[in-house]
Amino acid sequence: MYVRAEVKLQKNMLNKKLHLSKDTFNTEALEQGSTRDGYGHGVVEAGEDDESVVVMCADLMESTRSHFFNEKFPDRYIEMGVAEQNLAATAAGIALVGKVPFIASYAAFSPGRNNEQIRSLISLQNTNVKVCGMHAGVSVGPDGATHQQLEDIALMRAQPNMTVIVPTDVEEARKATIAAAKYKGPVYLRFGRSKSPIFTTKDTPFEIGKAYRVWESEKPKVGIVASGGLLHNALLAAKKLDEEGIGSIVLNLHTVKPLDTKALLDLSSEVETIVTVEEHQIAGGVGSAVAEYLSQVKPMPMEFIGVKDQYGQSGDPKELIEHYGMGVSHIEQAIRKAIDRI
Amino acid sequence: MAISKEQIAEVEAKACDIRESIIEMLTEAKSGHTAGPLGMTDIFSAFYFHILNHKADDPEWEERDRLILSNGHIVPVRYAAMAHAGYFPLKEIMTLRKFGTRLQGHPEPDKLPGLETTSGPLGSGLSQASGIAYGLRMDEKENYTYCLLSDGELQAGNTWEAAMFAGNNKLNKLICFIDRNNIQINGMTQDVMPLEPLADKFKSFNFHVIEIDGHNIEAIVHAVEEGKSQTEKPTMIIAKTIPGKGVPEIECDYTWHGKPPSKEEAERFLKNVRTCGGKVTEEYA
Repeated sequence: MYVRAEVKLQKNMLNKKLHLSKDTFNTEALEQGSTRDGYGHGVVEAGEDDESVVVMCADLMESTRSHFFNEKFPDRYIEMGVAEQNLAATAAGIALVGKVPFIASYAAFSPGRNNEQIRSLISLQNTNVKVCGMHAGVSVGPDGATHQQLEDIALMRAQPNMTVIVPTDVEEARKATIAAAKYKGPVYLRFGRSKSPIFTTKDTPFEIGKAYRVWESEKPKVGIVASGGLLHNALLAAKKLDEEGIGSIVLNLHTVKPLDTKALLDLSSEVETIVTVEEHQIAGGVGSAVAEYLSQVKPMPMEFIGVKDQYGQSGDPKELIEHYGMGVSHIEQAIRKAIDRI
Repeated sequence: MAISKEQIAEVEAKACDIRESIIEMLTEAKSGHTAGPLGMTDIFSAFYFHILNHKADDPEWEERDRLILSNGHIVPVRYAAMAHAGYFPLKEIMTLRKFGTRLQGHPEPDKLPGLETTSGPLGSGLSQASGIAYGLRMDEKENYTYCLLSDGELQAGNTWEAAMFAGNNKLNKLICFIDRNNIQINGMTQDVMPLEPLADKFKSFNFHVIEIDGHNIEAIVHAVEEGKSQTEKPTMIIAKTIPGKGVPEIECDYTWHGKPPSKEEAERFLKNVRTCGGKVTEEYA
């Protein structure tokens, strides 16, 4: 009995400093939630803390979870109607007189439709606007390709002054929203609609720009860098391969910009290959950001999990994640391929 | 804020100075827009030398009125007006559009305080102005927000999203001007993409609409006064202007929308710069 317990302990290489859920690998037992709810509750907390926080929404109050804020602070909720360009441009104006606007719509429309207003009036003008893109990724599901934003990270991280955050679960989304309110400057927050496992806890640390290691094998060969809800799939893949003797380190890169170059450099010194994981086009996303940096300081073979230059379609979120090659088995395959290339 | 004859004469004299500066700075820059800035000079002169509550030596003064320029390409007129109002040394206007200048081709407020907003991409100035007016009202401030728009940029859908928002929210401390000069890059607005009936359009968006001669200082000031008396509506002042106004040989010529004068042309223009004295209505007729 004693020996078995010892083996079990060694096999769970979760970072204990993070106070993650004890059920992190027991997906069935984990509570599920949508990161948009983390925004919805987080922005209320931010509003309680700072009365200059306002929420502006383009006719999507409930589905962006902005209704919690409207119920609590009706005088600080501003309805914009179906007008995403005006949403971004008016927010820039209200920020210029000291308000901290969170602008909420679907990521397909904001920053999809209003990219020029965000570029000129929020990023270039450096206004204190928090762009909240909901329903990002194929996991929106049945709504289909028009509503499945897969290019937003690329759009946003290419803009100087813009900070880009992709929270992994509801709890991290709540913390990211609160942190964004305190941070001075433009921020893009990416949220999903479908429910994903909630494996971080209230005690898990979160700091903008600071990536953290979720999993560390004793003898890691591969570094897995993940953002957003797919981080949990990456963890499941890491654990499975660890049991087969393939060690890894899993990094939660919740802030895509500014890139935590120290965390990446440290990671690259301990592994021989990198796999990135994101629910976004491979072109221009998280993997691109990591590759841009590592190719300069520590080039090594890389594999990319993400959408491969195509649009989504209607379907169940889980089947779409599998169809577009972002499931646990795909991450495992990518890890094996990456190791073969060492 | 009525305006006396002496004050009108003073604003008109400043307008002449500003027009000369515009011609000089554009000629030196060798690029930029000529017709729009000259056409809006009287309105800018009225703002900086009579209408605005502002402090040239404290451009970030919290109690200032906000003057938002939506059609950023006419910013040379703003630079010239600001320089003559004492915001920065007049000689700096000759750095327009040059490397390292604070006087960027389109306005950048982080480079030159007092510009209020970034603009140039057309159609979003009314949105920014509405956001500013809305935010000031939330804080129960008394400041006015002014927004200057071109007529051509009204073709951008964003403008009408903003008009809906401003009208719906009864932003009565938002007073806007349209530079109704009838030209745009590809020709006359009526030929490119007609805008009329412009007054009716804004009325239907819950604006108080006033139509004036945009070169008549007294009319400009009175229209702003009328706008300030509104309690339920934002104001849209449709100012009929002559593109290139003040330089007789280029007035109403749309080909001067986006080019600067050559040195020879500038010498000629400077000799002929004139005050307008609110005669635009007769000249149009």
